[in-house]
Amino acid sequence: MKSMKKGMTYFILCVWAVIQLFPLYYLFTFSLKNNEEILGENILGLPKNWLWENYIKVITTSNITRYFLNSVFVTLIVIILTLIVSLMASYGIYRMQWRFRGVLAAIFMLGLTIPIHSSILPVFLILKNVGLLNSYMALILPYVAFGLSMGILMSSGFLFGIPKELEEAACIDGCNVYKIFFRIIIPLMKPAFATIAIFTYLSSWNELMMSSIYINSENLKTLPVGIQSISMQLITDWGVFGAALVLSLVPTIMIYIFMSNKVQESMVVGAVKG
Amino acid sequence: MNKIWSNKKAILFFIFPAVAFFAIFIIIPIFMSLYYSFTSWDGIGKIEWVGLNNYIEMFQSPTIKFGKAAVNSLLIAGASTLIQLPIALIFALILSRKLRFRKTFLSIYFIPVLISSVAIGQLWMRIYNGDYGTINYILKSIGLDSLCRNWLGNQSTAMVAVLVPIIWQYIGYHMLIMYSGIKSVSEEMIEAAKIDGATGSQVARFVTIPVIKPIIKVSVIFAVTGSLKLFDLIYVLTNGGPAHATEVPTTLMISMLFSRNRYGIGSAIAIFIILECFLFSMIIQRIFKEER
Repeated sequence: MKSMKKGMTYFILCVWAVIQLFPLYYLFTFSLKNNEEILGENILGLPKNWLWENYIKVITTSNITRYFLNSVFVTLIVIILTLIVSLMASYGIYRMQWRFRGVLAAIFMLGLTIPIHSSILPVFLILKNVGLLNSYMALILPYVAFGLSMGILMSSGFLFGIPKELEEAACIDGCNVYKIFFRIIIPLMKPAFATIAIFTYLSSWNELMMSSIYINSENLKTLPVGIQSISMQLITDWGVFGAALVLSLVPTIMIYIFMSNKVQESMVVGAVKG
Repeated sequence: MNKIWSNKKAILFFIFPAVAFFAIFIIIPIFMSLYYSFTSWDGIGKIEWVGLNNYIEMFQSPTIKFGKAAVNSLLIAGASTLIQLPIALIFALILSRKLRFRKTFLSIYFIPVLISSVAIGQLWMRIYNGDYGTINYILKSIGLDSLCRNWLGNQSTAMVAVLVPIIWQYIGYHMLIMYSGIKSVSEEMIEAAKIDGATGSQVARFVTIPVIKPIIKVSVIFAVTGSLKLFDLIYVLTNGGPAHATEVPTTLMISMLFSRNRYGIGSAIAIFIILECFLFSMIIQRIFKEER
């Protein structure tokens, strides 16, 4: 009886796993098929001939490489800036002593709930006025701004875990506050880096609304928008388009395979703390 | 030490970059949006103050279809709360038992959360495709040809077709939030309940769920506000069509702002979305407080 119940539980868990993974299975298999198979002969099965040519074709005939590199560049800069700026801010707010730090902290935490929609037009106008529309900066700057709240929340959590005595000792040895921050605090905060970086990576790698409005030059498009334009070009060639989709997911899947615990932690920490 | 920590120059040095980013790209823009929402600006001409006219027009105009969009987003919020969260909770409870491979299952269920909405939308478009889609293929192979249709292109089925991937994508997210909440319930409490003769489902109902209520509250808030500001998936799948069947405030806002240059109404919709999100989080907080 008990083992039957257990078997039932595993059965349900497996069925659910299939439901959650089916679209990815479908994607991966159709990225290796030709249209005859995808559109009729073999919709759900494994590819009869594994058409790796689809991948070569999409790399050589579309702009996917360019979109990919744009995404890598934008995301990398956003991660670095978000890290530096939010570590500094959390030190300034939660360690330094001054009057309105509580208010400032509250304002930054409010940012967790403010949707980007609220500033989509004003930021468009600001970028247009300073001539940054249609440049990498048009994405990098707002992405950093919208990543800060979470970055500060996460880094403050780690900062609370560092005993003040360390800094006091350094102070007696004659360190100034900048040295304390850069030589002592930053190295001790390293565990926070991965959590913040992963969260920032996911939100900027996948961002669609701003990137579809602030960028229209073919050479600057990031993957989400680029994939949308490739889907128009390859409207009849599902296999090749599937290959483009798979390529756009590779970094995320790789990061998840190697750091699944960190990824889950960084996605949930905001919910559990907030 | 306190002297070092109250060095004014250093304080400014540490907080300035964050404050600048936040002010320029978040705080000032909100006030700009608020201001534009009271004007009839089209981006080129003079900015003319029209008071609450945009808000009135938004709710009354039959051509803008804002009412339809607002109802649709509430429908998504309701469906997320009533379908997504119970499924997430049940699986979180199952996985919190001592099962082999539970970490593996949890990791698998979480994958859709990480995939970009563009990829998910593009995939589901193909699953729903009227001629070659998976759903129609399965229907045909079990002899239900009459049910086949272009699921996203049909006014009566588009909304349901859009809801499925929306709900499907984030189940793993809520499951993980609830799972980590359940893990924090002490083993002793559960053991004590079991010694008193409680069954598995009684433990869940009377011990685990009451303890993780604060976490469930967070999940409800995220599910509701996330639905109210949802954009990506709908933009990719239908962009609000066919004939506004799947229109939501965000897609309407973007088309008002950037295809029709109606900055006033577009900003009014933006302000509406922010207020709606705040209002609903407050209501949900209140409901959970009263229940305690």
